[in-house]
Amino acid sequence: MREALSIVLVSTLLFACDGDREAASHLIPDADAERGGRLIAMAGCGACHEIPGIVAARGIVGPSLRTFARRVTIGGVLANRAGNLMDWIRDAPRIAPGTAMPAFDFNEREAADIAAYLYTLR
Amino acid sequence: MRRPGAAAILLLTLALSGCGERQSALRPGGAVAEAQASLTYVMVVGGALILALVCALTLFAVFGGDRWRRRYGRESFVVAGGLVFPTLVLAALLVYGLLQTRDDIDRDGARIRIEVVGEQFWWRIRYLDPDGRPILETANEIVIPVAQTIALSLKSADVIHSFWVPNLAGKIDMIPGRVNDLHMRADRVGIFRGQCAEYCGAQHARMAFYVRTVEAEEFDRWRKAQTRPAEEPENPSLKRGAALFVAAGCGACHAIRGTSSQGSVGPDLTHVGARATIAAGLLPNNAGALAGWIASSQHLKPGNRMPSFAVFSGVELRLIAEYLQSLK
Repeated sequence: MREALSIVLVSTLLFACDGDREAASHLIPDADAERGGRLIAMAGCGACHEIPGIVAARGIVGPSLRTFARRVTIGGVLANRAGNLMDWIRDAPRIAPGTAMPAFDFNEREAADIAAYLYTLR
Repeated sequence: MRRPGAAAILLLTLALSGCGERQSALRPGGAVAEAQASLTYVMVVGGALILALVCALTLFAVFGGDRWRRRYGRESFVVAGGLVFPTLVLAALLVYGLLQTRDDIDRDGARIRIEVVGEQFWWRIRYLDPDGRPILETANEIVIPVAQTIALSLKSADVIHSFWVPNLAGKIDMIPGRVNDLHMRADRVGIFRGQCAEYCGAQHARMAFYVRTVEAEEFDRWRKAQTRPAEEPENPSLKRGAALFVAAGCGACHAIRGTSSQGSVGPDLTHVGARATIAAGLLPNNAGALAGWIASSQHLKPGNRMPSFAVFSGVELRLIAEYLQSLK
């Protein structure tokens, strides 16, 4: 009985740790995820990506962004952290020259909002 | 029976305002649309009043009692209310409607002539000189100066389409084998969305266009820029994009004036980078959306006349899209 309880307790703690690590690296102060969703819709990201919560975003040219918050890498190249995601969104070709995804004319605020929206996709 | 309540009224108001400023017949931006809006309001308000009157009479007939029935059950009242009144009202409405919808814009003053050809599922747009010869060709976006009469010749390349930009003018059918004329004038600067208004096939719902109304000087600048052929890019990656465009055979359907691409099956792309949207209003105009469209147009707009070009490597696709974006 004590063994089972320890296993349950330790597992819970482990899961909690994972969640904390993920939450910390996805934290973007003052970012507006709702505005990010609107920016995504206006920019036409759905032409290439499937993005839950964005009308008509079911593109098949790039990867689906379903459960993007849980993914470990961005584009198979960068660690999935807020700073990296913002850089990627603004200028993916600089990071991965072979990518089909072009640079987008977003300022830092807009990239932060978009990243915040993507981090709601769990 | 439950009363409709505030929720229903709110929903109705939202529905009416749903089209927003850019595609609304209730927000006229020009003379033709204003006449149409006036007619709409007169008919709706007048119709509502008559409906209220008829409902009231019905209620009185059912619940009013003997005195009401004696007064209003006479034959003379039925003839007056059921024959004379409708005849007069409808006759007046007919005259008013004909006056409002007559095409009384100064036709001879139309110095800007535009030919719009409905295609499945996009809009071919040619600006004509006074003799009717094309000066420039573009697609899916019409730019006009404010306060000037525009003469539109509406044609179709395949099936019946219909030209409708609710804020300005329409609907006028575009019938194959026939030219329909429409005159309109915009009274304010803005960008208005239009829509095909006659079912024309699988992607009829995604056949939109935009009309940008600008000041006269900006229009002259735009027209001048549009008549210029595309310039050979200097940037090496744009150069590569241009070469890929040719190598992939895009010129078989698309024209980029000033290059070897002279196809006329699809939209002219000489200045595609300057348009507000692509794919007939389906997507915003940026390199990313262009790439998505080129690689998967059949997925985004199934049944449109452009095949998906899922043959490019990532960087090739991006370079072509960036090249097209640079064609301003």
